[in-house]
Amino acid sequence: MEKSYAYFDHEADVGIIGRGATIEAAFEAAAEATFAIMADLPSIQPAAKVDVTFDEPDPELALVTWLNCLLAEARAAGLALGRFSLRRHNTAWRGEAWGEPWRADLEKGVEVKGATLTMLSVHPADGGWETQCVVDV
Amino acid sequence: MDLGRLQQIDEYTWTLRNGAANGRGPVQFFGSAPLLASMDDKVLEQLANVAKLPGLVGAAMAMPDAHWGYGFPVGGVAAFDPEQGGIISAGGVGFDISCGVRCLRTHLQLRDVESRLPRLADALFQAIPAGVGEEGLLKFSPAELDEVLEGGAQWAVRKGFGVPEDLEYVEERGRLAGAAPASVSPLAKKRQRGEMGTLGSGNHYLEVQVVEHICDRGAATAYGLEEGQLAVSIHCGSRGLGHQIGTDYLVSLAKAANRLGVKLPDRELACAPIESPEGQQYLGAMRAGANCALANRQILAHLTREAFHRVLPEAKLEMLYDVSHNICRPERHRVDGQERLLYIHRKGATRSFGPGQPDVPAPYREVGQPVLIGGSMGTASYILAGTAESEARTFSSASHGAGRSMSRRQALKQWQGRELVDELARRGILIRTKSMRGAAEEAPGAYKDVELVAEATERAGLARRVALLRPKVCIKG
Repeated sequence: MEKSYAYFDHEADVGIIGRGATIEAAFEAAAEATFAIMADLPSIQPAAKVDVTFDEPDPELALVTWLNCLLAEARAAGLALGRFSLRRHNTAWRGEAWGEPWRADLEKGVEVKGATLTMLSVHPADGGWETQCVVDV
Repeated sequence: MDLGRLQQIDEYTWTLRNGAANGRGPVQFFGSAPLLASMDDKVLEQLANVAKLPGLVGAAMAMPDAHWGYGFPVGGVAAFDPEQGGIISAGGVGFDISCGVRCLRTHLQLRDVESRLPRLADALFQAIPAGVGEEGLLKFSPAELDEVLEGGAQWAVRKGFGVPEDLEYVEERGRLAGAAPASVSPLAKKRQRGEMGTLGSGNHYLEVQVVEHICDRGAATAYGLEEGQLAVSIHCGSRGLGHQIGTDYLVSLAKAANRLGVKLPDRELACAPIESPEGQQYLGAMRAGANCALANRQILAHLTREAFHRVLPEAKLEMLYDVSHNICRPERHRVDGQERLLYIHRKGATRSFGPGQPDVPAPYREVGQPVLIGGSMGTASYILAGTAESEARTFSSASHGAGRSMSRRQALKQWQGRELVDELARRGILIRTKSMRGAAEEAPGAYKDVELVAEATERAGLARRVALLRPKVCIKG
């Protein structure tokens, strides 16, 4: 399955979907879906990096934790993030993301405040993995 | 929502047809048939889940503006008794802890200042950090932030943001006692470092409004309102810190549920008995988040006053009221003739104390607490007054806003930001925003009719309409 992302409707917020050949790739695609709500990803230069590590045995809670760690680190560092990489060893997850400080000419959408447990799912699909949840904006 | 599943008690009160059953308490809806019919079925499903939580007193209730939320529906109200194993739920408070509306009144008449509104809009847009990626001028170390989380709006006034009289018109005088900054994660504090004094984005806004119509002259006089007068409404909350508290505790309480003996009908209803160490820890963190929101609105009000004075030096902005609509509070209510201490969750619902309540500011005590129902840019907002009737019906709770009727993706397909902003300008509403995409998502047509919500709120006896306000300037993130 090729890495890709998509959206689904939610009454007040936005549903995100990430797909990939591996669970890690699907998580990376979910991060792309999340950050693309805030800015145009191809316009973001990979000038700065943030690291994210966490331990979580439950794959669904791991998705929420991954996205929320990225959102928190991006906000704390004042960065727009556009590229993501994630590795897993048993229950230990280690991720990296690249981006740049917000600038006036980055196309802006709405701020994503966090990933939620609503419509949360991580499951095998079409020979790969599909992840989804609603993000709060 | 399928109204066939509900039994109508009176024109504006409905209950689930098969009553309380299978370990579920009663479920009640307030609103007109068209408003209820427009709600997603998920609202009913979520409310029925809330009614299964331990220690519920009375019914799990939905206000007329209810819509699908996270575990709890937005517009949900539920009371729990700590002495009967009642719970505190992170989902029942919501992510944006103590999100609310602050309203300030001016002594200006629209006709006297209308030509200067474009300059005022620009000054406000420059003064109020709004939108994704925007930071405030204030930067806090974790230790300094702890003072904010302890002190709320009272801290902000001590630091020169506003005047002590402001606090008379904020719920709990601007500070929730019992806040525990130590129960707030370092990550939450890190997120908030540059976010104090920022508006955020999404449905948050700052509006300059005109009082277009007075519905209740007596209450309007008590609130200092008259037709043609300008007012300011600020809608925002606890920003990244509140969200991180919600996220942290949602996950940890969901994992702890089994150990705590709580059977969760939905993981997002993650909760703990109020009297358990976990429940007390969340309460301490939630109160810290609420104080963050109260301080944030106090700082934003100060920045608003400064911007007004630059353009309209004669302006004097006085506090009308500040309400939080995502919060859980201990309150005393009469149940079956007995006064009991209950923890009232209001998730997207406003407290609505009626006349005579000691917690209502003295100048308003004879008419009841102001209830602020926000609209969306382009549509009206309402100021209502709490009623004695709401005490018996909803533990003194009422609606908080219009509520969305359309998803953001649908709105983006239907409206184009630039065209929308130009159209609103032709109607005399000046929009200032960093994101045209965000403006399209927040199109007035994507929300329910606030007038129907306010009418249903009054007819259901939850609050009575005092004044209708129309936006003239709207600052959006």
